[in-house]
Amino acid sequence: MSGAEFVPLSLTPLLIGTFAAIACALPGNFLVLRKQALIGDAISHVVLPGIVVAFLLTGTISTWPMMLGAAAAAVVAVAMIEAIRRLGRIEPGAAMGVVFTTMFAAGVLLLEQTDTSTVHLDVEHALYGNLESLIWLDATGWSSLLDARALAGLPPELSRIAATLLGVSLFTWWLWRPLKISTFDEGFARTIGIRTGVLGFALVIVAAIAAVAAFDAVGSIIVIAMFICPPAAARMMTNRLETQITWSVVFAAISAVSGYVLAGYGPLWVGGIAAVSAAGMIATMSGLILALTALFGPCRTRTGERVST
Amino acid sequence: MLWDALTLQLGYNATLVAVGATLLGVSAGVTGTFLFLRKRALVSDAISHATLPGVCLAFMVLVAFGGDGRNLIGLLIGSALSAWVGLLCMTWLTRHTRLAEDAAIGAVLSVFFGFGIVLLTVIQTLGVGRQAGLEGFLLGSTAGMLWADALIIAIGGAATLALVMIIRRPMMLVAFDPEYAAAQGVAVHRIDLAMMGLVMAVTVVGLKIVGLILIVALLIIPPVAARFWSERSDRVVLLAGLVGGMAGYLGAAISASAPNLPTGPIIVLVSFGFFAVSILLAPVRGVLAAVLRHLRFQRRVHIRQGLLAMAQDQTIYEPLTLRLLRRAGLLRADGVPTDAGRARAAKALRDEKRWEIVRADQTHEATAALYDGLRDIETVLTQDQIDEIDRQIGGPQEVRP
Repeated sequence: MSGAEFVPLSLTPLLIGTFAAIACALPGNFLVLRKQALIGDAISHVVLPGIVVAFLLTGTISTWPMMLGAAAAAVVAVAMIEAIRRLGRIEPGAAMGVVFTTMFAAGVLLLEQTDTSTVHLDVEHALYGNLESLIWLDATGWSSLLDARALAGLPPELSRIAATLLGVSLFTWWLWRPLKISTFDEGFARTIGIRTGVLGFALVIVAAIAAVAAFDAVGSIIVIAMFICPPAAARMMTNRLETQITWSVVFAAISAVSGYVLAGYGPLWVGGIAAVSAAGMIATMSGLILALTALFGPCRTRTGERVST
Repeated sequence: MLWDALTLQLGYNATLVAVGATLLGVSAGVTGTFLFLRKRALVSDAISHATLPGVCLAFMVLVAFGGDGRNLIGLLIGSALSAWVGLLCMTWLTRHTRLAEDAAIGAVLSVFFGFGIVLLTVIQTLGVGRQAGLEGFLLGSTAGMLWADALIIAIGGAATLALVMIIRRPMMLVAFDPEYAAAQGVAVHRIDLAMMGLVMAVTVVGLKIVGLILIVALLIIPPVAARFWSERSDRVVLLAGLVGGMAGYLGAAISASAPNLPTGPIIVLVSFGFFAVSILLAPVRGVLAAVLRHLRFQRRVHIRQGLLAMAQDQTIYEPLTLRLLRRAGLLRADGVPTDAGRARAAKALRDEKRWEIVRADQTHEATAALYDGLRDIETVLTQDQIDEIDRQIGGPQEVRP
């Protein structure tokens, strides 16, 4: 395919999809190891009421209020889960189930009650995003990458998700040691002076930020898939956390690229007429990767200690 | 308007929806209780999301064979099949790989749902033009519910309830103590699968009314709410069914009473209302009860400590203690003990001495374990025993300068 077609139509969605996938997969590694994988699921559900409330308060569909609303909803949800768990002595899974379904239902109700027919805000969009529409109209070919005027026309989602990815990477790099220690041995982490409670909350917040930024660009279904599938697949490949993170990034990138390409061009190859949902396809690809590693990965079983030679 | 809805006076469709939602709520509440007690509430989330590809595939198959793509039975069979596949995937992942259950749930949920979304877009591009009904399965759509649909929901709900009643004992056993159940010869894995199968049945039946995203709420919230009211599993099951049924009925009625009130979300919010009432007001496990219990305990500790201080002629500075003692008529406003106060204080000090003897005596070991600084000694020892202890303490003696 020529650059003149690829750069404006496919480059930015590809980059956004990949960045979103990696930004979610990085904290996902820790969440999966800490058995908090479903936090991502909960967050991606409660983002909807946050966005709707932000829309009701500001009356516009601008990005920052909505992202703030979504982040606030995520914090409220985490606080509510914790409160219900402690006050009612309910197991965390059920507490989570109570909170996220209720908040999602409230979001749907608010959405139905308000007149959002004039703006692009609906449940389907929230679920599967609009990755395909994030095109770069100002580009004419590869040379546009060096053209300042064309670069100004890049979709804003790209810079946002890139900044988020940078932030998530910095968080992981900066707090690498405490994160690693507290993930594997919380008691030991506490004895050497790591504040595990604060760290755990920070991890959830970072995951929420990644989820909200990715949600803005690609919809919530990718967010859940990327929080869990690439880290889970990477877990089947190795027993070392460093290697696992690397694998998860690779898997996330592969799912994003192959999913996007398959969704955009796959139907054409088999004689279809139009593209299918890229977000759904990316989630499907990550699932295929997980299935392959679960069947053939070197460290897939629980007792599967690989003998070091 | 709402009253009309509650008394089923709002027409045929509203009545169908209300009856269907009530039955669905009852069976979801009852089934969800076992899931909740097994501590696997979120498994239902994976199962419900895994229905989507099946719905789409069933639609495509129905259309390919020239049938009506919206045939509810066909769609439900498709959704049941794909939910079952998702369930097997999840069980396999947890049993045969190192993944924990939560990761397996999340993986199945997101991948199946993503694949379902792909299929949905495929259906849209097929140009069949009748797919509008399919998106209703995401959040439920009761607007065009037919008599046949309601009948399917009623039969499905009743069948699920009957099955639950048949295998409730092994399910309860497995939920409380899987190891003991295994030792008793119960096939734990098979019972688990049966439990999940029932959850799947409820999910499938509920697709039409509340949709696949929110059916999870009906499986989780009523049992959690019911759990606050009772410590007996059979009562929790009944209460969960009651809460679920009432949520379904009230939710359907409220949603029929005004425009723009989608049934599924309203039912979920009503059941959350029941949950909120339960967590706040339940007699033993509720927040209000816990606060009252705490205050009562605090009062007892303060009065007891105040009485001991009075008996030893120490000055009390703690304002809460002073206030409590005054309110009980044990202390005058100027800080001098009343007669009643002096008597109670002497009794408290003597009790403390009696306890000291009891705790030092090996033969009273079991009684001594009950000592917490608050318990009246008459409640644990007989009058004879107390007299015996008093003999050891001896009577009041003259204080010599």
